[in-house]
Amino acid sequence: MSLLEFESVTLKFGGLTAVDNLSFEVEEGEVFAIVGPNGAGKSTVFNLISRFYDPFAGSIRFDGHDLLRVKPSGVASYGVARTFQNIELFEHATVLQNLLVGRHRHRRTNLVSEILFLPSVRQQEIKNREKVEEIIDFLDLQAFRDKMISGLPYGVRKVVEVARALATDPKLLLLDEPASGLSVEETTDMRWWIDDIRKQMGITVLMVEHDMGLVSGVSDRVLAMADGAKLALGPPEHVQSHPAVIEAYLGKAS
Amino acid sequence: MRFVFKTNYIQDIRPWKDGYQLSLYLFLLALVFSAPWLLDDFFLGELTNVLIWAIAGLGLMILTGHTGQVSLGHAAFLAFGCYANVALIEAGVPFLLAFPLSGILTGIAGVTVAIPALRLHGIYLAIFTLALSILMDDIIVLAEPITGGVTGKFVGGVEIFGKLVDRWATPVEFFWLVLGVTLLVTIGYINLLRAPLGRSFIAVRDSEVSAQAMGVDIARTKMISFALSCSVTGWAGALMGLYAGAFNNETFSVLISIQLLMMIVIGGLGSIHGAFLGAIVVGFLPQFLSISKEYVGAIFGGNAVAIPGLEFGIFGMILIAFILFEPLGMYGRWLKIRTWFELFPFYRKEMFKRQKSYLKTERLR
Amino acid sequence: MDNAQLLISGLANGCVYGLIALGFVLIYKATEAVNFAQGDFMMLGAFVTIGLTNTEYMGLPFWMALPISLSIMAAVGYLVDRLIIRRLFGESQSAVVILTIAMGFVIRFVAGLIWGHEPQTLQNPLAGKDIRFGGLVLGLEDVAVIVVTLLLTIGLYLFFSRTKLGLAMQAASQNQLAAYYMGIPVKQVQGVIWALAGVVACIAGILFAAKGSVDPTTGLLGIKAFAAAVIGGFGSLPGALAGGLIVGVIEPFASRYIAAGYSQVAPYALLLAVLIFRPNGLFSQVRAKKV
Repeated sequence: MSLLEFESVTLKFGGLTAVDNLSFEVEEGEVFAIVGPNGAGKSTVFNLISRFYDPFAGSIRFDGHDLLRVKPSGVASYGVARTFQNIELFEHATVLQNLLVGRHRHRRTNLVSEILFLPSVRQQEIKNREKVEEIIDFLDLQAFRDKMISGLPYGVRKVVEVARALATDPKLLLLDEPASGLSVEETTDMRWWIDDIRKQMGITVLMVEHDMGLVSGVSDRVLAMADGAKLALGPPEHVQSHPAVIEAYLGKAS
Repeated sequence: MRFVFKTNYIQDIRPWKDGYQLSLYLFLLALVFSAPWLLDDFFLGELTNVLIWAIAGLGLMILTGHTGQVSLGHAAFLAFGCYANVALIEAGVPFLLAFPLSGILTGIAGVTVAIPALRLHGIYLAIFTLALSILMDDIIVLAEPITGGVTGKFVGGVEIFGKLVDRWATPVEFFWLVLGVTLLVTIGYINLLRAPLGRSFIAVRDSEVSAQAMGVDIARTKMISFALSCSVTGWAGALMGLYAGAFNNETFSVLISIQLLMMIVIGGLGSIHGAFLGAIVVGFLPQFLSISKEYVGAIFGGNAVAIPGLEFGIFGMILIAFILFEPLGMYGRWLKIRTWFELFPFYRKEMFKRQKSYLKTERLR
Repeated sequence: MDNAQLLISGLANGCVYGLIALGFVLIYKATEAVNFAQGDFMMLGAFVTIGLTNTEYMGLPFWMALPISLSIMAAVGYLVDRLIIRRLFGESQSAVVILTIAMGFVIRFVAGLIWGHEPQTLQNPLAGKDIRFGGLVLGLEDVAVIVVTLLLTIGLYLFFSRTKLGLAMQAASQNQLAAYYMGIPVKQVQGVIWALAGVVACIAGILFAAKGSVDPTTGLLGIKAFAAAVIGGFGSLPGALAGGLIVGVIEPFASRYIAAGYSQVAPYALLLAVLIFRPNGLFSQVRAKKV
């Protein structure tokens, strides 16, 4: 059984078909990339997994659970974490607080115990912080841990978003354009981190990315999309040389 | 320059940064505790008033400052708490039971209101609560058997363990009561902010989509925020009723709602300090104006015995000045001053620079 | 017959609400900001005109005072944007809401200082005249209110849907950066809109002061007009007028058929109902955030 299964998923906005009868599986432990021109429906796939949209038809299964029966806030509790294309951090909070929100799905205390700050809450806080500090060390964020997000440069924010997603202790990590807007050095860092996330932490990665260097460098399999439909699926070299993909990117040779 | 070196997690979990900060707060606390000996009855009464406003401010701060839901109708919950408290006392419930109950009942009322309001965003929520506050006036008149309608209610002192606690007869005891409530609410608030729930409030405030992706249930979180906010506001209302001694449908008008919101904006949204700083402004502005009345009168002409709208006019100007020059409020200003001293001589103006961006609509069409 | 009379006076009142609501919507449509001081703008416009025309002040002829007060209010609107609102560029909507509420307090305070707190009526050429129509007695002022409001709404509607400038203004609201790239001077557009809102508020004020009386607290009427704007669906000009008319008509009928006190309650009760059941107003707009 695959970790994530899309089975003939279709999504329409009014007359526009954003995702068209799409099927694919993501296997446990792999890095799976989705590529395609703008408007191909890549981010929409993520938003479907996050349950922001209800598909028109088809099914989405994660780790044996039917995701379509889950409400948006429930997806995280199965172990799916994500980042956003246009960075959605908690602006007026520190890096540490942002990461601690990532621990929310592991909350075992209730309102009353938190207001009284009972020992159980303290224990939980210490555990949360141990985990969060691990991630801060892993992604080299020590210098920023007590800084407000609103004062951080773009490149750091991108990393903080990955860190926050990792703080949830996910099985599947969704990265929405992790390298967009990053410098060459930062992109190289991101590439090693993605590698480490898979190898050291054993987390499956599903990413949307435009940078073909990054995609072919880290991913095991690539799905190419255009106009919401599947063009090609396979190893990076195979997809890159696929005629339909070249056509979608460069137009039909006349 | 002053550095804080962190060596264990407890340093991040406890509410104060270091011994210096702790001793500062303990000093402030000691000062407030010695107020009955330092101040005469009049100023003690004023201080009590400030504390009550601070509790109300804390109540609204939970919802607006930390969960990002702007309410222009919190006077309705002040009124609810006030009348609930008095009604319970009149029904023979001892104060020590009636008072907590009044807050809890207000919290329940808040949740009832929150359920339809949950779907509303930003400005729509503000107008919803504003309408609620306006309607509360009429609801109080209609519910005359409980509320006394236009005539209103009078409330004398209350008894706690056989001791009379009354604003006029025993101002010192009343001060202790209010201070006790203030401290309990503040401690609860501090605890909340360092626990997962408080962080989920902030998450909802700053980005609903990513809060959701982190597993925060938006509707539930907002509901809890409403409940807590209204409970605290209800307690403030109950104390306001005891402080005023007499009140009717016009005591908690929509202007009070607006004043409360302005107060926490001036103090600084998103911080506990902000509620207290704002309350000091609200509490002392009338005194300040009456003391400086001669001067004010000389400037604006006339004998200035009573210039209608003066207080709100000045208040409005202060608020505009703050939004334009210090959007983070008094607490924000204080933070900058403190950082200046801590980093001396390395402070740079850009450290607190805010990013300005072009606005993109959230409407689709 | 009685009902018809109620309806007419309700419509005339509703037109004033509608005009204030129009001001709200104008600013919201073009800048995504909400001007809670719109009611106070109206009050200020009324007082400026009173100050120019009424015999106890400057005593200018009405038709001469009219353009002067309209341009004064346009200037006020423009300056408010230029000096205050523009500095909040990029801040949240709520900041603007709180700011304009505070501005309302200041305007009320200043108006009280200048013109006092007694209710005053605008001396105007239509005062005291009426038209008899069948069995109905219509105050000429009421008729003028309805006619002027209709003309103004239609004019603004056409302006926004047909002219290039109007479309540019709408574009500026939907995506400021993109509009800026397309060569639309976003900031100037914003200033013009505020000036326009000042003019609309002034017209509303003149009509209101002609058929009744104003004092500084009249500005609080803005809250009711805001309810009207929301009932009509924020962001639609005809909707704002419709909302105003609904509120204007519902008031006298509520006090007539339910109980006297309910004329105040009814608009807000309706507002709550609209917000609960049709959160985007009766003439709704879609709202969703893209990630």
